[in-house]
Amino acid sequence: MMGFWHVFTRDVRLALRRRMEWFTGMFFFSVVATLFPLAIGPEPKTLHLMGPGILWVGALLSSLLSLNRLFEADAADGSLEQLVLSPHPLPLLVMGKITAHWLIAGVPLVTLAPVLGLQFGLTHEELFTLVLTLLVGTPVLSMLGAIGAALTLGVRGGGLLVALLVLPLCVPVLVFGAGAVEAVSAGLGAQAHVSLLMALLLLALLFSPWACAAALRIALE
Amino acid sequence: MDIPRLALDAITCERGARPLFAPLSFTVGAGEWVHLQGANGAGKTTLLRTLCGLMPPASGTIRWQGQTLAEAGAAFRSDLLYLGHALALKGELSALENLLIDARLRGHELTPQAAQAALEALGLRTRAHLPLRVLSQGQQRRAALARLAVSRARLWVLDEPWVALDADSVQRLSERLDAHVHGGGSLVFTSHQAAPLQSPGHAVRLGS
Repeated sequence: MMGFWHVFTRDVRLALRRRMEWFTGMFFFSVVATLFPLAIGPEPKTLHLMGPGILWVGALLSSLLSLNRLFEADAADGSLEQLVLSPHPLPLLVMGKITAHWLIAGVPLVTLAPVLGLQFGLTHEELFTLVLTLLVGTPVLSMLGAIGAALTLGVRGGGLLVALLVLPLCVPVLVFGAGAVEAVSAGLGAQAHVSLLMALLLLALLFSPWACAAALRIALE
Repeated sequence: MDIPRLALDAITCERGARPLFAPLSFTVGAGEWVHLQGANGAGKTTLLRTLCGLMPPASGTIRWQGQTLAEAGAAFRSDLLYLGHALALKGELSALENLLIDARLRGHELTPQAAQAALEALGLRTRAHLPLRVLSQGQQRRAALARLAVSRARLWVLDEPWVALDADSVQRLSERLDAHVHGGGSLVFTSHQAAPLQSPGHAVRLGS
């Protein structure tokens, strides 16, 4: 477990030194969520209907935006070789990187979402559900994106390929995440959706670090 | 006691289905160095990466204390220090932070005092706290080589360790490598110059 912690603290420290990088994702998310009401028009009913979907799509794209460079810097400066040669288990080290990335890129989105949700006239209950689903869903997005980033490491134009690989896998997260908020609006309760999201989270936790580790080993050969 | 520390048996490496060198067998014992020689593109770096376990050989076996690398696993990796062309240093972090993080990832405990002392010995006392990207190329290499000063690994695998160093640093590095070998360590390195080492060792030539 120490390996996880060492990589996690290293990446958080690095992110604090290059602030612009993680600010980009938050900026993108706010811009998307702010432009939509301006473009759609001030009809409250339409906005309320589209709000959860727009916020979820914004969060998904914004986390993918930063994810495709997750392993790039480490591969370029040789740190990745050292991580693979470390006596700590590689999946745990990878998990440390993913967790750090989520803390830096995912958590700000979750905290920003309720403020942006106000623009769409979401109620307290809906905002609460939105935050809850993002809290469960964004780590899944980070883990899925990490697999894509690991698989496309060293490929030119890898960014587009990551999107192509990962977006289909992200669809269930998007459907259940945005669906949960709509279910609350319809008075149905979000329990089923949130449970499914949590199941996805567990599945990703089980699978993603090992898949990333295997992909990284191949990328270094 | 007859098992050599690192034994390569009929190793070949390929790059894009093209064999890089004729099958190669050699051993590296305790208190011994091996200097890999060969022209540019002969496969020296590929061989170093292979014997670290970063990539599998095209054929042949590599054994660490009698076990294959896969069997030895984490025990082998905690006894290995590999320094490649890329320095694996973070420009945003200081030399001191880089050294401490590196040691932790290798599973070694290193106190900030010990790390500071290692950097001071390499002439980086006043630079230890600056972000690494503001240091010169040679200073960055010295910061990377500070790992040798604090390493407890028994096998060192170094790719062109003397490149980009000034005369003083070359001397200091050679002394450090000699001390490692005299202390019972093993060393495999590539270099285009003759190795300025006093300790016992031999050269292995890569050819087709």
